[in-house]
Amino acid sequence: MSSQEQQQTGRTATMSDAMVEAIASEMRADEEVFYMGEDVADYGGIFDSTTGLLDEFGRDRVMDVPISETAYLGAAVGAAQAGMRPIAELMFVDFFGVAMDQIYNQMAKNTYMSGGSFSVPMVLTTAVGGTYNDAAQHSQTLYGTFAHLPGMKVVVPSTAYDAKGLMHNAIRDDDPVVYMFHKRLMGIGWMPAPDGPKTPVPEEEYTIPFGKADVKREGDDVTVVTLGLHVHRALEAAETLADEGIDAEVIDLRTLKPLDRETVVESVRKTGSLVVVDEDYQSYGVTGEIISSVAESDIEALEAVERVAVPDVPIPYSRPMENAVIPGAEDVAEAVRSVGE
Amino acid sequence: MYEDMVTARLYEERLQEEYMEGKRPGFDISAGDIPGELHLAAGQEAAAVGVCHHLRDDDTVTAPHRPHHVAIAKGVDLKRMTAEIFGRETGLCHGKGGHMHLFDPDVNFACSGIIAQGCPPAVGAGMAAKKRNTDSVAVAYLGEGAIDQGGFLESLNMASVHDLPVVFVIEDNDWAISMPKERVTSPQDGSARADGFDMHGVRVDSDDARAVYEAGAEAVGRARDGNGPTVLEVQVHRRMGHFMGDPETYRPEEDQERAAERDSIERLAADMREFGIDDEELEEIRDRAAERVDEAVTWAKQQPLPEPEAAHDHVFTNPPSGVTDEEPEFSDAGAAAGGDD
Repeated sequence: MSSQEQQQTGRTATMSDAMVEAIASEMRADEEVFYMGEDVADYGGIFDSTTGLLDEFGRDRVMDVPISETAYLGAAVGAAQAGMRPIAELMFVDFFGVAMDQIYNQMAKNTYMSGGSFSVPMVLTTAVGGTYNDAAQHSQTLYGTFAHLPGMKVVVPSTAYDAKGLMHNAIRDDDPVVYMFHKRLMGIGWMPAPDGPKTPVPEEEYTIPFGKADVKREGDDVTVVTLGLHVHRALEAAETLADEGIDAEVIDLRTLKPLDRETVVESVRKTGSLVVVDEDYQSYGVTGEIISSVAESDIEALEAVERVAVPDVPIPYSRPMENAVIPGAEDVAEAVRSVGE
Repeated sequence: MYEDMVTARLYEERLQEEYMEGKRPGFDISAGDIPGELHLAAGQEAAAVGVCHHLRDDDTVTAPHRPHHVAIAKGVDLKRMTAEIFGRETGLCHGKGGHMHLFDPDVNFACSGIIAQGCPPAVGAGMAAKKRNTDSVAVAYLGEGAIDQGGFLESLNMASVHDLPVVFVIEDNDWAISMPKERVTSPQDGSARADGFDMHGVRVDSDDARAVYEAGAEAVGRARDGNGPTVLEVQVHRRMGHFMGDPETYRPEEDQERAAERDSIERLAADMREFGIDDEELEEIRDRAAERVDEAVTWAKQQPLPEPEAAHDHVFTNPPSGVTDEEPEFSDAGAAAGGDD
């Protein structure tokens, strides 16, 4: 029974609306929550991450900042250590390089280095993903990079319902949370989203705990594990495969840190085959982590395994090449067929 | 100079038309012949020609995400640049880079789509020139929104302390996407940043191409003569949105009108008439520019798209064994300049 089925139907929302709704609700409830980022005030976020927040909360709490990521992400760390609950946006995850020290030497480590005497209750929101030919510096997901470094919780919603619940949880969490939203899923006017991410969303607040994967489609033959945009590509592949008599289970990880290894292993025990799909570079990443988790836990259960990810090349600009490196629904279907043989 | 400015303007007007092809109805950024973001520079041409017209092919220029006018002024191959923007195999970067990652080693031109991150490589080019005792110079272009970025400020110090032949050209168009400079930067005069680094700073308060040309002569001359770096800020105007599809709802109408009223190209044409150049000659220049633009676009559109598997090429200059069948060959010479992180 997936979360999608458990929730009451009724009002639907885009992923962007759902995410903003959670932020606004937390800002109303707690004066210490504020939002900082480039173009988050008047523009409402380049990818609609803060639509309408300026009108309700004003410039003190919805702050446009200089293009100085080291300064404002570091300022979020400082404000969080002082007890506030800042949300700071890195416009594209690809820009992490200009501020990585604040992210992973300060934000992610201060709790540990202080022996637990300091907490860093902040959320780092950031837009991820390609599929619209924005080339190598604006198209990465970098899921594995952030999940690899200790001290940060890493969240990757794929639907409006999940986006809202995970955001409530992220803001309330006492640790730094990196909240990675895929541009293609937000429902932005100029970047059409697939149908999947727009789901029913309850009006009231609710949380989705970290470390709980969601079975987005139940199936008996093959386990497909993925996240973000590729949840929808995997579901599309599963529809195609169903016509061929292959029943694929699609698991949406939802959070990378903590990682719900158990749900994955349980599913593989049932199906015997595993396909991991990721929009990040293949080597040293999410795909390898999922496969090794299953292997360590129950290698007997694993009869066949395939991974579908971006080969180890930067994201190319031109459409034929980008389409070749970012996995499509057909690539997923092909991998599922091959493990099913 | 006038011809380059007109070429840049006509070129971008044509790109705008081509870009919108196939994106309607309801603007879809990932559709059409030129997908992805497109940042146009109408109103900023004076800053490009006024400096680049003092440069030789062996001088390095690094441009940011809005590079076409600078590329044209530097003498980048227009046909191959256009093919790149159309994502074609014969483009400057074989379709890997796209419009904000143009690289042309023949004229030592490079880009970075990351704010201010073209500055350090320009410092490196200046360093190479100094070490080799040549009189080449390097010019880094950036926007006024980039002057708050560590990469710029660190580069100023490095250029100053090593007395390097570098000119930092700030194109001040008043807007960092939706953020007006008075809200995010202090002081607003970018050339004043130079004072803190004990180097020359000058601001040209209008986009008068002749005034920029004079200031450019001084700054480039100073670098070429071994007398150190300069920050040169030019007040330009962003006649359009930050990128194609930018609704600009954050921008007061009077500001848009102001930008539209001031046209450095018109201004230069008026000056030329005063110097006795008649309308017929100006028209000839315009026709020549239009023809060159048309030729480049026509040629580019006839070029083949890259093969999907070409995505795997060019990750390395010497691919590690196992990736290709070729034994790596190490050249004696150092790698060519011009890469950006």
